[in-house]
Amino acid sequence: MTMIFGIPLQAFLGQLLVGLINGSFYAMLSLGLAIIFGLLRVINFAHGAQYMMGAFAGFLLLSWLGINYWFALILGPVIVGLSGAVVERFALSRLYKLDHLYGLLFTFGLALVIEGGFRYFYGSSGQPYATPALLSGGVNLGFMYMPIYRGWVVVASLVVCIGTWLLIEKTKLGSYLRAATENPVLVQSFGINVPLLLTLTYALGAGLAALAGILAAPIYQVSPLMGSNLIIVVFAIVVVGGMGSIMGAIVTGYMLGILEGLTKVFYPEASNIVIFVIMAIVLLVRPAGLFGRDA
Amino acid sequence: MTDQSPLLSVKDLHAWYDESHVLHGVNLEVARGETVTILGRNGVGKTSTLRAIMGIMRKRIGDIHFDGQDLMRLPLHHTARTGIGYVPEERGIFATLTVEENLILPPVVSKNGMSVAEIYDLFPNLLERRTSAGTKLSGGEQQMLAMARMLRTGAQMLILDEPTEGLAPVIVQRIGEVLQTLKQRGMTILLVEQNFRFASKIADRFYLMEHGAVTTGFDVADLPDRMDMLHEVLGV
Amino acid sequence: MTELTLNKQQDLQAQRIQLGLLAVGIVALVIVPFFLYPVFLMKVLCFALFACAFNLLLGYTGLLSFGHAAFFGGASYFTAHAIKEWGFPPEAGILVGVVGAAFLGLVMGFFAIRRQGIYFAMITLALAQMFYFFCVQAPFTKGEDGLQAVPRGYFLGIVDLGQPLNMYFFVLMVFMIGIFIIWRIIHSPFGMILRSIRENENRAISLGYSVRAYKLGAFVMSAALTGLAGAVKALVFQFATLTDVAWQMSGEVILMTLLGGIGTIFGPVIGAGFVVTLQNYLAASGFPVTVVTGLIFMVCVLLFRRGIVGEFNASRLGARLGLRSKN
Repeated sequence: MTMIFGIPLQAFLGQLLVGLINGSFYAMLSLGLAIIFGLLRVINFAHGAQYMMGAFAGFLLLSWLGINYWFALILGPVIVGLSGAVVERFALSRLYKLDHLYGLLFTFGLALVIEGGFRYFYGSSGQPYATPALLSGGVNLGFMYMPIYRGWVVVASLVVCIGTWLLIEKTKLGSYLRAATENPVLVQSFGINVPLLLTLTYALGAGLAALAGILAAPIYQVSPLMGSNLIIVVFAIVVVGGMGSIMGAIVTGYMLGILEGLTKVFYPEASNIVIFVIMAIVLLVRPAGLFGRDA
Repeated sequence: MTDQSPLLSVKDLHAWYDESHVLHGVNLEVARGETVTILGRNGVGKTSTLRAIMGIMRKRIGDIHFDGQDLMRLPLHHTARTGIGYVPEERGIFATLTVEENLILPPVVSKNGMSVAEIYDLFPNLLERRTSAGTKLSGGEQQMLAMARMLRTGAQMLILDEPTEGLAPVIVQRIGEVLQTLKQRGMTILLVEQNFRFASKIADRFYLMEHGAVTTGFDVADLPDRMDMLHEVLGV
Repeated sequence: MTELTLNKQQDLQAQRIQLGLLAVGIVALVIVPFFLYPVFLMKVLCFALFACAFNLLLGYTGLLSFGHAAFFGGASYFTAHAIKEWGFPPEAGILVGVVGAAFLGLVMGFFAIRRQGIYFAMITLALAQMFYFFCVQAPFTKGEDGLQAVPRGYFLGIVDLGQPLNMYFFVLMVFMIGIFIIWRIIHSPFGMILRSIRENENRAISLGYSVRAYKLGAFVMSAALTGLAGAVKALVFQFATLTDVAWQMSGEVILMTLLGGIGTIFGPVIGAGFVVTLQNYLAASGFPVTVVTGLIFMVCVLLFRRGIVGEFNASRLGARLGLRSKN
């Protein structure tokens, strides 16, 4: 058997894949957080709840209406994005002038309500969501067996991340967003409807979280609390990356996911704290974060 | 049909910055095609006047009409659509946008605007640097860009806040030429300027501000008679 | 009469009224265990002290910690372990909890004060979560079961804390000592500097204060006092579990403080009383507690940011009692 650092290659690559999958979710979630924070200056504590809502949207669309995975992949983010737009319009928009901590506290309360509500109706245990037929099964790569769905998640998240990056960096809408991140008042004085842009941005961030949630549904179970511990890890990732750059959020997400996977191989006891440890180290060495621009 | 009423009229405008009352009843008018300069020492409320007209300063009362529309009622992002282009004192060039992205950022509000090609003819430097980040430009180039992006929108009136501040004489001269070109094309211009020599070359009319209000207004022809008074008030 | 002496007289009168209110409060706390369940009251007192300690940081230093569960739950574990496994008397066990929480505060604060505002909140949350995972895995916490059947023992070797009323008055004493310490900190020169950091950090830096040291100091004090609350709670309920170190607990104390009134001395006490009562009530009704907690959170942030005591102080009655904050 081939060994790498005294670990069987199989196990090593298996954990690497698990890390890459986790990294895919981390990247999508920290990307959404960074976009929202960039423009709204709100740390969206409800991000984990919106991720969970995405997974539930997929589950409920299937069980109530028989809508399959592929349509849910579009409909779920739209539904969650719309709910985000409502929240932004009627609540968050009233908090921009205050200390940014109030945005964090409000979305924290929102997360409690959403998660508590789903738990009330669906209990704490997970609901299974079947892998779509097209993506079930696996392929033998010679050195390891890879479930097709997992490969799909990695590819899909890369497409989503790069697509979002292109949207922000290369399109007209993206230039509005970047400009408004720098100086919203001036951009609005140019005639651009910045309040609407803020609503759209929050909806986009929430929609991204929901998309991640649906992608996650067949891998993890669909449960009301699936996002609540995850969001804290994503916060740590965001502290490591610094929220100054979209690409930074994406890269940090993948990197830390893989690192976490590798920790599972070499020192499993530390695997669920490794990201926090890295956060602490980064705070000592480079407090602004790896890609951070703000002090 | 010619319209004799002023393009911009401001009556008894009061405005507050947080709790402090900074404008105490500003009155001014700008006719179509006219270039008007607001003079005054630092801190008398010149910039605040412009910001209140644009609606950036929201705590305001009084009356502002532009081209027949009541600006007091409009949300901030509708002011520009009435045809006012604002070039702020700090220029407001975006670091995360390229020069060209900065240029095409403000939405077009009428068909009368210049095309991007025409703008590059007028500002060849910007064409050369179109793919660099906006804030990589020199101060003078940034000022040019801040003006240029308003020309593309087809605004009827430009509001410029100290366009020559901190710039080398040769750049100041270049800005003067650009403003002359715009005047000839019939652009209405409202200008706040500390550089008195620069202003006297392009303005048709002046307003003098003291303590948050316009105290006097006069034509460029009356300038020689007013010089002593201006020297005293402005300390130039 | 000059305005100054008039103000002084008003101040004096206000002070008298406040002292009166305080006396009424203390008398109420002394007689109330004869009417209500002592365990419920002790729970309220523990959380009230917890919230006051938290408010020392949020209300008087301007730092929002999202990780105070680590100190509260951590101290519970330390105290429970010291008493149950090492056979410590209650007062020594509580001391272990306080010192342990202070140490945790020192470590967490060391990292967290490197960033400000929202980042500070996220970092404290992440570090507390790290401590939570440590508690899940460490053998001394006994995992999911927690430390059960912790003996209350004899205070100073004499007073049997197994008696509910004895225990109640012990908790009340600790509570009042804790509040007194917080009051002293707030009104000390140290507390003044903390408030000037809250108002304008850059100015405090330019005045030559070592802002980081002051923030860390405040963080450690807040952690230690939170530890005091957690240690006593372990003694009251005679167990220590993962619930008290979980992030939800950090959220709860924020809610108590926000609801009662950030930056007021007694706001967190009122807030804690309200939240604990509500939780007890809801637990019986079967309605999901987190939904209600979350809703209160949202309403407070949107409409009610001064909290109960803050609103009262700002009201006309509050002004007449001299409670409205000057300037």
